Amino acid sequence: MSGTIGQRVPLIDGIEKVTGRAQYTADLDSRDALVGRILRSSVSHGRIVKIDTSKAQALPGVVAVVTGEDCALTYGVIPIAMNEYPMSREKVRYRGEPIAAVAALDAETAARALDLIEVTITALPACYTPAQSRAPGAVLLHDDKPGNLEREVHHVFGDVTAGFAEADLVREETFDCAEINHAQMEPHAAIADYDAARDRLTLHSVSQVPFYVHLMLARCLEMDTAQIRVVKPFVGGGFGARTETLNFEIIAALLARKAGGKVMMRLTREETFLTHRGRPATQVKLKIGLTGTGKITAVECEAVMAGGGYAGYGLVTILYAGALLHGIYEVPNVKYDGYRVYTNAPPCGAMRGHGTVDVRHAFESLLDRMARELGLDPFAVRRANLLSAPMFTANGLMVNSYGLGTCMDRVETASGWPDRKGKLAPGRGLGMACSHYVSGAAKPVHWTGEPHAVVSMKLDFDGSVTVLTGASDIGQGSTTIVALAASEILGIGLNRIRTVTNDSVITPKDNGSYSSRVTFMVGNAAIEAAKAMRAKLVAAAAKKLEVSPDDIECEGETFFVRGSSQSELSFQDVAIAALAEEGTINVKGTFSTPVEAQGGKHRGGAVGSTMGFSYGAQVVEVSVDPDTCQITVEKVWAALDCGFAINPLAVEGQIEGSVWMGMGQGLCEETHYIDGLPAHANLTDYRFPTIAESPPIEVHIVESIDPLGPFGAKEAGEGALSGFPPALVNAVADALGMDVNFVPVTPDRVQEALIKFRRANRRKEAAE
Amino acid sequence: MKRIVSLEINGRVVEEVVADNMLLVDLLRDRLGLTGAKKGCDGGECGACTVLVDGRPRLSCITLAASCEGTRVETIEGQAKGGHLSALQRAFHENLGAQCGFCTPGMILAAESLLRDNPTPDEDQIRVALGGNLCRCTGYVKIIESVLVAAAEVRA
Repeated sequence: MSGTIGQRVPLIDGIEKVTGRAQYTADLDSRDALVGRILRSSVSHGRIVKIDTSKAQALPGVVAVVTGEDCALTYGVIPIAMNEYPMSREKVRYRGEPIAAVAALDAETAARALDLIEVTITALPACYTPAQSRAPGAVLLHDDKPGNLEREVHHVFGDVTAGFAEADLVREETFDCAEINHAQMEPHAAIADYDAARDRLTLHSVSQVPFYVHLMLARCLEMDTAQIRVVKPFVGGGFGARTETLNFEIIAALLARKAGGKVMMRLTREETFLTHRGRPATQVKLKIGLTGTGKITAVECEAVMAGGGYAGYGLVTILYAGALLHGIYEVPNVKYDGYRVYTNAPPCGAMRGHGTVDVRHAFESLLDRMARELGLDPFAVRRANLLSAPMFTANGLMVNSYGLGTCMDRVETASGWPDRKGKLAPGRGLGMACSHYVSGAAKPVHWTGEPHAVVSMKLDFDGSVTVLTGASDIGQGSTTIVALAASEILGIGLNRIRTVTNDSVITPKDNGSYSSRVTFMVGNAAIEAAKAMRAKLVAAAAKKLEVSPDDIECEGETFFVRGSSQSELSFQDVAIAALAEEGTINVKGTFSTPVEAQGGKHRGGAVGSTMGFSYGAQVVEVSVDPDTCQITVEKVWAALDCGFAINPLAVEGQIEGSVWMGMGQGLCEETHYIDGLPAHANLTDYRFPTIAESPPIEVHIVESIDPLGPFGAKEAGEGALSGFPPALVNAVADALGMDVNFVPVTPDRVQEALIKFRRANRRKEAAE
Repeated sequence: MKRIVSLEINGRVVEEVVADNMLLVDLLRDRLGLTGAKKGCDGGECGACTVLVDGRPRLSCITLAASCEGTRVETIEGQAKGGHLSALQRAFHENLGAQCGFCTPGMILAAESLLRDNPTPDEDQIRVALGGNLCRCTGYVKIIESVLVAAAEVRA
């Protein structure tokens, strides 16, 4: 197997996945474990009067019962916004919130025990929409949050009034985007194993962020971090659902400690939906000013998010939504007002394209309509506003590499846009949109001053290299990237490399897989580690060949003196020579973000800051059934500037997956609650596209070679997502001649909009 | 009620005492340690538990173990023969038909059944055959490619 970067390489853990050998958390041996189950609130909002667990505790086979009484400490991903208990205390704030949990000898006993727990709750009025939550006199979810506002953001950059005054066309529209869920294929699961003799806890979980889980376990169980071990087995997708510690992880640990043993907690699909952390329902009011040639003069945006009952990542989401108005086009004057509102629903969180998707949807939709009004082609209006890198945006974001123009060129040509746009058969349409995303948040959630990423590497007597990383591969192929970086720098084949990942007692700390940080940060750290190891090998070869290290050259795994083919050493020879000096070789590499990448100085300025943005453009072709208004996506052309494709096969996979996930949001995905009761919590009612309705996606990789990226690479897994929903509605507009201000564009909504649209047109014609 | 059920799993005859309400997926996973069949939903929605029963794809999460008496069950663990990946396994691996891998065992077995019936499927036939298997990572693009590659290899 070749380890050369830039080649299409299958995932290094792919064999396990196709043979069934890959062990996910729920697959781990739990024959000696107790079964953990959670009792959940059936009330959206209420005061807990009494929880009586005595009958459950008396049931034979029940080993431990825990309630909010067992943990009086809050947890949460944002240090300043930890307002959630693993199991509710005093109040419940959404239907499905954990109230108590049991560990029993078997599943049937655990289920019976849950039935025996008597809960008395006094219901309070519930708020299900931001309008209800913000209404005067609305009951507060959290006493310290007046108006049920978790966070409001007010940012102004430049002079918006002057900007709009310069414009030839100003338009304002309001867009509604439904709440969606990650629906990763693997339901949540955790195994907690408590060693009472040593007061040690081991947790295996589905996390994208084992390090954060480690911190929250220590906090909520009041244990020394040194007594805790967190391991991440294979993970069946995440998409952001697992980028914060989740209640069941702490509950499993509390149960295990109380039971003095091992607890397997497997959540059902319904419970996995209830744990949520999805993309919030968002209303975006957007106003754009354009000159007659399509130049953006000013932008005013208000975003209101229904965040659910607890803070979670909320303040980051609402900040991202404003921050990423910047960084894609030249927008000199920007006003942003964001409101993250508490509602009596499962808490929202981070989801692929965190914060930016719904605002980008509004922006690309409105821009398209205004271009039409000005008689400009959708590509032309965007080309009128391109950035020129390197530069800093009005809100202080660093843009070092910028392949957006090339992305547009690619999809414009590939889709046949100039010849086909506006000329397709009735009911068929073409639309396009652009998008971008960060390659890792430049400031971590827990700011400790440490490097952002550390990778360790070991070379031993056998001539094999072991790479140790705490980066969470959740299917995106990040472990493969780390191995490829090592193989490239060391000049060795991938077969010589083994990877050890995600075990807190073995692998170096890593912040986790979120904000598309792993390739950029961990990739750079892997390069540094490999360079350190290579220096040792070159020095050993030089000593053995009695020349200066500067005279050593390598060709693959062979070391020789420059200009001489006489004396050459194999990798194994050099490894043994290097070990002779100091024994087993351990090196590490680190990566820290440069200060200039860390964003503006304003409050919240760190959110959105990154080392490099990916850029994407896509064209979507749709057909609309004239009778049912069912929209079919016929084909997608997607281009993404990922800086450099270290593994083009994986980059394609990421682009296809994110485009498709954007399609789900645009076309059919949404959660649905009836008085706070989730009515979507299964894979039939939460509709994401099956293979039958998924279109061909033609991928074009654009490589702008980022100056700070590992081998020039940037992120590839999120940037394309937010382009899809607007490209879709722009295509629908082309097909139907009607603009829609909502996603998903389900047949019922489109039908209703079309009836109204035609009625209004008839009235207009009659009036004329 | 319990009964003894005898069936062949990946070529090996297995006799187990099972409760009447025991699901095939639980027999495979919890009793026999064959965890390749995944539980991705609360019953019959995602296809991740797909196995072959007498050559036909079946959702093991809504199949009673007792109903499999005398059948021949194939799981993902039995697909590689003599250390060699099956054509579909190799194609899914080499063409990134698997990202997180959670849907992969079910996907490969559903595709295996298709290719045995129809060694020359077109894209639409693949879409129909895999219509009950959900994937959240790939957008299905490389899954279709993988099945086409495997089909070509089987023919060659």
